[in-house]
Amino acid sequence: MGLESVYGDILNEHNLRPSHRGNIADATIRLEGKNPTCGDDIYLELKVGEGGIVEDGAFNGSGCAISQASVDIMLDLIIGESKERALELCGKFMGMIHGKATEDDLDELDEAAVLKDISHMPARVKCAVLGWHTMEEMLKNRAGGQPGAIEGHAEGRHDYCTTE
Amino acid sequence: MKEYKEDFPIFTKSPCVYLDSAATAQRPAAVIEAEKRFYETMNANPLRGLYKLSIAATDAYEESRKCVKDFINAADEREIIFTRNASESLNLVAYSFGLSFIHEGDEIVTTVMEHHSDMLPWQMVAERTGAKLIYLEPEADGTFTEAELSKITDRCRLIAIAQVSNVLGCVNPVKELADRVHKNGGVIVVDGAQSVPHMKVDVRELGVDFLAFSGHKLMAPFGIGVLYGKRELLEKMPPFLTGGEMIEYVRLDGATWAELPHKFEAGTVNPAGAYGLKAAIEYLQSVGFDRIREIEDRLTALVFDEFQKLPYIKIYGSPDPAKHTGIIAFTIDGVHPHDIASILDADRVDIRAGHHCAQPLMDYLKVGNTARASLYLYNDEEDIRRFLESIRKVRGIMGYGA
Repeated sequence: MGLESVYGDILNEHNLRPSHRGNIADATIRLEGKNPTCGDDIYLELKVGEGGIVEDGAFNGSGCAISQASVDIMLDLIIGESKERALELCGKFMGMIHGKATEDDLDELDEAAVLKDISHMPARVKCAVLGWHTMEEMLKNRAGGQPGAIEGHAEGRHDYCTTE
Repeated sequence: MKEYKEDFPIFTKSPCVYLDSAATAQRPAAVIEAEKRFYETMNANPLRGLYKLSIAATDAYEESRKCVKDFINAADEREIIFTRNASESLNLVAYSFGLSFIHEGDEIVTTVMEHHSDMLPWQMVAERTGAKLIYLEPEADGTFTEAELSKITDRCRLIAIAQVSNVLGCVNPVKELADRVHKNGGVIVVDGAQSVPHMKVDVRELGVDFLAFSGHKLMAPFGIGVLYGKRELLEKMPPFLTGGEMIEYVRLDGATWAELPHKFEAGTVNPAGAYGLKAAIEYLQSVGFDRIREIEDRLTALVFDEFQKLPYIKIYGSPDPAKHTGIIAFTIDGVHPHDIASILDADRVDIRAGHHCAQPLMDYLKVGNTARASLYLYNDEEDIRRFLESIRKVRGIMGYGA
């Protein structure tokens, strides 16, 4: 259990042919998310409209298939949703990654549910959550900023460093 | 030919294809038993007790020091300092020797292929003393051109270099560099973490001034490492850490230091670890470096033969498998190394993926991360067969056509 359900058509599709890779011209928030221990990088851009709706989003960056596909799937889910709903989905995603998700949560998370078994791959948790943590930081703490004015980085909370 | 896998309990209790020995080796039963024997029959705080048990602990600890001295052919047991690991050994040299004897205007030469453990201490010394830090840049196969070596000028007071790169697996020309730096009256510090477990290292034949290595990469318990230093250098160096066991006499206004090697071993030491290290060295010697080399080179060649048939694989370092010390860093086109490692993990094949604590080398090679398989004496052809079988699946699993 674990690997076969994670590495499959959905993850590969989002990794090899992402819908949201690139930039949006009218982003209202930009933030870089980093996992320094593995070098994964996500540059996330969101356009949050007047009513607090995430109207558009895009990402750039480099990293493993799990980190890249996870952020593309996330953008599919949150574009068109309110800030509050995006953060609620983020909470459910984090719950799932830590092995705490109901069947209803998995339904709501839709394609993101393919990452459920990451909970059995502790070394890869930080990859799966990188984009989500970055989005959470943007919507919770940076949403009032001037367009394009905010840069920084949010590190994954589940750093897993191997040294020798 | 004897196979060694059966000597390692982990391969029956937690079966896997273990290809991460450059990170840490597995331990033979002889080492695990030795550490247990210490705690069951000799356990007391060594070097200070006046009763039989403490004397037994002291004897075990000092016998281990003698064993290490013979193993690397040091001239004197006082030249063997026990530490926690190679990183601590290198830091000891940097803080004690570096900060005392390197001055503004001096040059420190190291290489871009160093492990962070052999790079950060020298950055610190350069920053604090005003010395200039110079990096040698290797060719793709890990060798240095004469033009690079000419960066070693007569102002060079210290060369710090790994004898074997933990990414490229190449063997660096330690003896030649020692000769060069000695002409200037400088010293050479050698990171032996990846060499000492795999090849005969004779400190006097190489002419090295300091040699650092970790026990755990040569099958000893975690938490025991070694610093070899030439006695005349160690004698003039100040203590690195102060406290118990490293003093001669302490007054309220100061102290005098214990004799070598205890001057550099502050606090309660790790006698069980040292005793385990002795058992590991004895086990290693029972196999012999010729046999270890034969196994590593033969298996590395098998991997190279197959990798060369797979156009999407790139190997880092020399094209000659005999110049890798059993270390094979590689990438697969279009697949991040962490994904490779996870796919192999599902088949119970254990490899490393990441920057290998050598980020400047990764930058220099223009690769963010690599996968790395590293071999040791317990690996066999079946391990390689399973590794390659798993590798061949990777691109398909990641959504690429065959």
